[in-house]
Amino acid sequence: MTESGNVLPEVIIQKIEAEAGKYPTRRAAVKSALRYAQAEFGWISEDVVKAVAEVLDLERIEVFEVASFYDMFYTRPVGRFPVRVCTNVSCLLRGADDIMNSLCQRLGVEAGETTADGRFTVFPAECLGACGGAPMMAVGDDYHEDLEAGGLDEILERYQ
Amino acid sequence: MSDPSEIRVCLPPEDATTPWTLSSYQERGGYQAWAEVLRNQTPREEIIETLKASGLRGRGGAGFPTGLKLSFMPRDAQGQKYIVCNSDESEPGTFKDRDILRFNPHQVIEGMALAGYAIGATVGFNYIRGEYYEPWQRFEAALAEARQAGLLGEDLKGSGIAFELHSQRGAGAYICGEETALLESLEGKKGLPRFKPPFPAQVGAFGKPTTINNTETLASIPPIIRNGAEWFSRIGVENSGGTKIYSVSGHVNRPGNYEVPMGIPFRDLLAMAGGVQDGRTLKAVIPGGSSVPVVPGDVIMECTMDYDGLSQVGSALGAGSVIVMDETTCMVEVLERISFFYFAESCGQCTPCREGTGWLYRMIRRIRTGEGTHEDLDRLKSVADRIEGRTICALGDAAAWPVQSFLKHFRHEFEAMIPRKDAA
Repeated sequence: MTESGNVLPEVIIQKIEAEAGKYPTRRAAVKSALRYAQAEFGWISEDVVKAVAEVLDLERIEVFEVASFYDMFYTRPVGRFPVRVCTNVSCLLRGADDIMNSLCQRLGVEAGETTADGRFTVFPAECLGACGGAPMMAVGDDYHEDLEAGGLDEILERYQ
Repeated sequence: MSDPSEIRVCLPPEDATTPWTLSSYQERGGYQAWAEVLRNQTPREEIIETLKASGLRGRGGAGFPTGLKLSFMPRDAQGQKYIVCNSDESEPGTFKDRDILRFNPHQVIEGMALAGYAIGATVGFNYIRGEYYEPWQRFEAALAEARQAGLLGEDLKGSGIAFELHSQRGAGAYICGEETALLESLEGKKGLPRFKPPFPAQVGAFGKPTTINNTETLASIPPIIRNGAEWFSRIGVENSGGTKIYSVSGHVNRPGNYEVPMGIPFRDLLAMAGGVQDGRTLKAVIPGGSSVPVVPGDVIMECTMDYDGLSQVGSALGAGSVIVMDETTCMVEVLERISFFYFAESCGQCTPCREGTGWLYRMIRRIRTGEGTHEDLDRLKSVADRIEGRTICALGDAAAWPVQSFLKHFRHEFEAMIPRKDAA
């Protein structure tokens, strides 16, 4: 914690300031601020909401409503690597259900759950815009396309 | 291997090894149009007239003529104005802007600079969907290169012309592809579509006049300015100028992006994508992203892929997102998945959409699990009809059209899943 009681490290506050400088309003930097904070803490807690609100001169609700509106912000703790498996039409047509089932089986979780070691949380996802490589999933920021159930272990091993 | 009928305007040549770099883009004529504007202070009207004559129409789905859209801006009025690029590509089946950003980011930058200049905007924002990390990185790297080369910034090449450009990442919300929801999101709010009027050309980003164009639309602009309106319009067909990137997915042998002249027969596009997977028979195609009406296979085989051709068969070009379904496809399952999507992504502002999308999804699910009734089929249509045209934005329509069209063409599949009352 900084002296002011803000949970955000100075380096993140500086990044938020740089982002805010691009726009005529500080509020426009809120998604970036939440993204930086989430990269640091893994999820958006009430303390993070409060801290971001302080840095950007916003009401806490103005930050929280954004954190809760967008899919990529987690308002509860999740695994270090969120796994988002596309289950929309183009992936469905090419075996997304098999990928989802196989993944859950390998990790011993149901959709929406986090592995016991805290590494992965598996989410069914809406179209991620990689239908040419269906079926696909995103692990953290990385896209993995043309998935086959047999190749999942090798991909997962890269995320420790 | 490049197909002979492919004409790459927005996608870079296939043999370029690092097409996303400034040097590669400049080797193929990149930034010539922008440099000429900086050198000659080309009259704004000239650029807008060229775009009007080119026949370029918005590639994001609505197909609105680009030159006309730019002309709506109060371009000579004082005060800040903005050009915004909509890279929030989220319509299921669409993956073209991802490749433009990954492989040809400088062409988007140049297109935004030219469009920004034409409307008198000195600042632009490219709103990139949050999940597109690699495309965003490529775009950011290209921005840095362009700034370094004096192509973005203040008093460019001593012209007195300024243009600054920033990217902003989304954070996962389909609705932000709707242009006014995108503006709300850009301003740091929830992506709730705005009432229109006022239109963005009057009150857009941060309360200022703004034009919003799709990534592919903006990427089309530099080659049009460089090569002329006629060059572009001649590539396509009447009323649909230029090339279009078709994102082909689903049951084909070679899914992917194919940039070809507007008006290509569907039959040829399907052949480019390797034909229907494993030699099976074509059943149906959603030709423009999951929101546009589905077209039966035998009908689309005789159809051309352009605004008019698809309109004639009761569907739409949309974003050119072609979802191919073969004979093994259960249409009830596909519609259930589509309906769940719109239910999940409704922003909740308008009651017909917020409540109606849930009704649609639950009824289709009920039918698919064998618990539906014949009344459900009529009710589905009735609910869809009551959403359509009764919401602030087009998400309501997007939820209604698949239901109406699936029932129209494949009602028998839904009926077959309804238990017969007299069955023992």
